[in-house]
Amino acid sequence: MSANRIYLYKRYERFWHWSQALLIITMLVTGFEVHGTYTLFGFGKAVYYHTFCAWTLLVLWAFTIFWQFTTDEWKQYIPTLKKVDAMVRYYAFGIFRNAPNPFHKTAEKKHNPLQRLAYLALLSILSPVIWGSGLFYLFYSSWAALGIDGYLSLEAVALVHTAGAFMMLVFFIAHVYLTTTGHTPTAHIKTMITGWEEEE
Amino acid sequence: MRLKYILLLAAASALLAMPAAFAQTAKLETIIAPPTQAASQVAVAAKAETASTADHSKFKALQTNFKSGPQVTEACLTCHTEAAKQVQHTKHWTWESVDAKTGQKRGKKNIINNYCTSPISNEKDCMACHAGYGWKDSSFDFAVEKNVDCLICHDTTGTYRKLPGDAGHPVYERVEFPKGSGKFVEPADLKKVAQNIGLPSRSNCGSCHFFGAGGNGAKHGDLDSSLQHPGKYLDVHMDEKGLNFTCVTCHVTEKHEVSGSRYNVAAAVKGPAHLRGKTDASPAACQSCHSDKPHSGRMDILNTHTAKIACQTCHIPEYARNEIGTEASWDWSQATVMGADGKPTTRKDSAGRRAFDSKKGTWVWDSYVIPEYRWFNGDSTYKVIGDKIDPGKTVQINEIGGAPNAADSRIWPMKIHRGKQPYDKVNNYLTVQHTGGEDDTALWHNYDWQKAIGAGMKAAGLPYSGEYAFVSTEMTWPVTHMVAPEHDALSCAQCHSENGRLQNIAGVYMPARDRNRLLDLAGWTLVLLSLAGVLIHGGLRIYTSKKKEQLK
Repeated sequence: MSANRIYLYKRYERFWHWSQALLIITMLVTGFEVHGTYTLFGFGKAVYYHTFCAWTLLVLWAFTIFWQFTTDEWKQYIPTLKKVDAMVRYYAFGIFRNAPNPFHKTAEKKHNPLQRLAYLALLSILSPVIWGSGLFYLFYSSWAALGIDGYLSLEAVALVHTAGAFMMLVFFIAHVYLTTTGHTPTAHIKTMITGWEEEE
Repeated sequence: MRLKYILLLAAASALLAMPAAFAQTAKLETIIAPPTQAASQVAVAAKAETASTADHSKFKALQTNFKSGPQVTEACLTCHTEAAKQVQHTKHWTWESVDAKTGQKRGKKNIINNYCTSPISNEKDCMACHAGYGWKDSSFDFAVEKNVDCLICHDTTGTYRKLPGDAGHPVYERVEFPKGSGKFVEPADLKKVAQNIGLPSRSNCGSCHFFGAGGNGAKHGDLDSSLQHPGKYLDVHMDEKGLNFTCVTCHVTEKHEVSGSRYNVAAAVKGPAHLRGKTDASPAACQSCHSDKPHSGRMDILNTHTAKIACQTCHIPEYARNEIGTEASWDWSQATVMGADGKPTTRKDSAGRRAFDSKKGTWVWDSYVIPEYRWFNGDSTYKVIGDKIDPGKTVQINEIGGAPNAADSRIWPMKIHRGKQPYDKVNNYLTVQHTGGEDDTALWHNYDWQKAIGAGMKAAGLPYSGEYAFVSTEMTWPVTHMVAPEHDALSCAQCHSENGRLQNIAGVYMPARDRNRLLDLAGWTLVLLSLAGVLIHGGLRIYTSKKKEQLK
């Protein structure tokens, strides 16, 4: 049994993941309040928490990008189409027939090909959309000083930011659900907490 | 191993603390940056009146038993040689204000408002609030220096009073006022008043400005007698036990020209706070002391609003914040309606405020009034005497300038006073009516509109067709006094919500008020679809695994 244990997620990685999770959940909750979907903290507090989390996440990312490159972990996100079809077939059919997962995790390859694509899209497309629109939103009062007030409208910025939020929420739902697809429903979550993956 | 965990924890907490630097979170209590020293210096200057280097009771020129106001002024002018000339250049004397942009002559002398309408032909009454003596008709000589009234602004005894009917002269003999009320006004000891002059207090300015339209609080709504001794709740700056600002603390006056006027409002002041003394077009603006980025610490995000919203919008959440209240409307068409016995009558509302008077019509009063909000750039174009109107529409006594989202405009709180008043049906202009007086044509004496309008129009030098009717009018007043303490300012959600204060304001995207319906529909559909997707997928997994177990 212990021979099949592999150390998948290092300590910083786990810290990054869970603090980022907390920040993103908080920003989703407060963001949709600012959007006017519901009242929870009150508009002013929601804006404050949202802004605070945004800055915190930016700092976290600064450290994380540094970490990715110093540890070579960034290579985990190099996309591949190999076995993508096998993964799709597994989630569409095999998973219901108790078929084996076609992908085997190793410390060098933590993410299955679908995951790689999803995370790459998250990091390289969705995040810039949210960050970009969010920073314009945040620095609204400086638009005139920056000379960009003629080219931007708060309405457009808010629209892009909200669209990003919806996509993030969809990612969150799918992501949380897919954590239950390990050899036991909580296996993936345990791995993300302890760092150790136990193979069947 | 344990040491490593401690180090990690320390690193984590340091990481979480870093955004504080970005968010500039200073002390949470520091919500509004205290005004720079400019404000406090001015406050000190205003209080320093007691430290004057001149004791006027020792002045030779003031050892006279003055018989009249002009006599006192002559004495004042023996030392203050230029004072009368200065006053004669101001609105307080001319009752005229020229719009620098359009050249339009406004001011009480030229406009017809929807309260008492016009002072023309009613000078004997109205000029109780003229800073002068003897303006009883159009023959008044504006060049006579001794007719400037120094005391109405500089009396510190509170005994100097001017009543309607005396064309601006103070009470010289004991008189019953109002007539038939059993209350009497005593004449002031002019010698004593002259020897006890000082800088204008709130009561000096208020003796006219609190009682505009002939009633306490009636006209402005943000100015009434409660500001003589206000608490912090009513006005954070004038708070008698606190900053104790007088009117001229903000309305800094030079050569007797009082700064700050609703005829030319500094509606969109930009830039930092500054020391007084600098060339300054708008010393009466909030920004003069507070700058256009007044919020700090946790609240600095509020500075994102200052390019769109006047300070007053959030910081004066309601005006007329007392039982005195203010007039919301004045319907002149009900004037001359008599009581059941055919005689003139009056009626009061539940708070004891005038509600009906056969002389003047009906009024509706309101207290703790939520302002109406408008884009405003400080300009106002008035209906002046003789301007054509469209009686099919509500006539705007003053059209305010400004446009949604324009760089020179801000969202301002307004008192909009609604009225009904007479106009000439053939010539299509508002009429001037002779109301006050004891003569046969005075409305309040004879209750005859035809005669009153005829006399008023004659005095105004305007043809009258002989046919009148009543037209609905609106007058728009920027609300700027009664600034509340910070904890009474509007909260975010009072505007950032679907049915908030600014629900009808165009030109700005306001989170929580505005959203793209299509995006919301698409977004939530996508979210529901993904939820349904994972639930179905999960359900199928549970179902198929149970089936397999059964097969085993």
